[in-house]
Amino acid sequence: MSGAIPSSPKDEVPLARTPLFGLHTSSGARMVPFAGYEMPVQYAEGVLHEHNHTRASAGLFDVSHMGQARLVPEAEGTDVAALMEQLVPGGITTLSEGRIRYTLLTNAAGGIRDDLMVTRFDNTLWLVVNAACKHEDFDHIARTLAGVARLEIEARALLALQGPQAATILQTEIAGVDELSFMQARWCRWHDHDVLVSRCGYTGEDGFEISLPPEVAAGFAETLLADTRVALIGLGARDSLRLEAGLCLYGHDIDETTSPIEADLLWTIPKRRRESADYPGADVVSTHLASGTKRQRVGLLPEGRAPAREGAQICAMDGTAIGAVTSGGFSPTLERPVAMGYVDADHANTDTRVQLIVRGKPLPARVVAMPFVPHRYKRA
Amino acid sequence: MSGIKFTKDHEWISVDGDTATIGITAYAQEQLGDVVFVEVPETGKTVAQGDEAGVVESVKAASEVYAPVSGEVVDANADLEDNPALVNQDPQSGGWFFRLRLSDEGELDGLMDEAAYKAYIEELD
Repeated sequence: MSGAIPSSPKDEVPLARTPLFGLHTSSGARMVPFAGYEMPVQYAEGVLHEHNHTRASAGLFDVSHMGQARLVPEAEGTDVAALMEQLVPGGITTLSEGRIRYTLLTNAAGGIRDDLMVTRFDNTLWLVVNAACKHEDFDHIARTLAGVARLEIEARALLALQGPQAATILQTEIAGVDELSFMQARWCRWHDHDVLVSRCGYTGEDGFEISLPPEVAAGFAETLLADTRVALIGLGARDSLRLEAGLCLYGHDIDETTSPIEADLLWTIPKRRRESADYPGADVVSTHLASGTKRQRVGLLPEGRAPAREGAQICAMDGTAIGAVTSGGFSPTLERPVAMGYVDADHANTDTRVQLIVRGKPLPARVVAMPFVPHRYKRA
Repeated sequence: MSGIKFTKDHEWISVDGDTATIGITAYAQEQLGDVVFVEVPETGKTVAQGDEAGVVESVKAASEVYAPVSGEVVDANADLEDNPALVNQDPQSGGWFFRLRLSDEGELDGLMDEAAYKAYIEELD
């Protein structure tokens, strides 16, 4: 066999560890290298069980490898949100206190450097960026805004509690969190520690991300895990959950070469920013908006049981190559394969029939709207 | 010759006369996790030692299954199509992949016996 199974002794690569490393290994995790960290890909029960547990109850994820930082203006009278808008096409000045925005760091070519969450507290912004991009992102933001704002990198742990039982469970530890709605955050106290609770996540479920001092992270996780409704969930299920939710994985579904329009992320750019066109790559994005794009990110539903993975070629029914799968796998909720990828714009309409080339063989599939599994966010 | 042998790629091969049954090891299924799709070779196909003969996919990833020895495929496990989880539940019996009529019994000599395979996977962990 080849692929997922080791067939030679492991190389020793120095990897960073999160504050929950000990908890992972004592909980039967299989640890893998991910974005420079040693992270749990799954625990003893396996990816299917973890995935289904999150959809049915509550899953606890260690996402401490992600980058957290606070953006602070150098001068009291400067609006930090207006400064941030020099870097992203999202509406940041329109964020009210304690609200979270999903937005994109764009490059001069209209591509995506990273996707991130931005939360406003007074005249500061709390940023959460992807682990693999965090050093470059922070460097980019600090350099671009040098002299007018400073970036304070926060060495905190980050846990996500996701699933239909998440609110009930977290409320017993941190009173008041059930008052938050989707994309809203609040600083709270947990045993005399400051914790930032954000009602968001990347599974499509209701849930929270909890930022806390590294030294209390393991204790907090163990407290939650004492509730039998909570189970630890690894990166394997995190990926299958976000794929079912139709959410982009940076470096796979979006990258430096994909514009927000091609990626079907126009919804992250409010009308005001489309018109002002004053963010990196706005000229390219505006052209894509006005004249359309050559390619488009779409959902794909393969017939049969064989999953089409990242890299699989997408062909029209006449055999012409029209794109490639960027994420694909088996959906435990739907018990069938699902995928997303980029196709030529004239094949991007829902219900267009296409073929996915898997191990040299064409598999029939069709273009579908995403998410594959409906979101269950707690909207206001 | 008879007995069960193992490859470095985590296939097992159980020989009975001139026919061999092939599957993936308990260690392999555990590493893969929940198997959600299996593709077995067509009966009548001739494979050379080391050729790709099947596919096994978990939620996480796809892996190829190689022919541990050369021969002609004489049977394949149709149950795996509807119930790929058999590979997890019973990897070294009910979760078998295919049967080969051996074309060169000498190739078996290069494979590991159970003790050697056990030592090999201990080295990987």
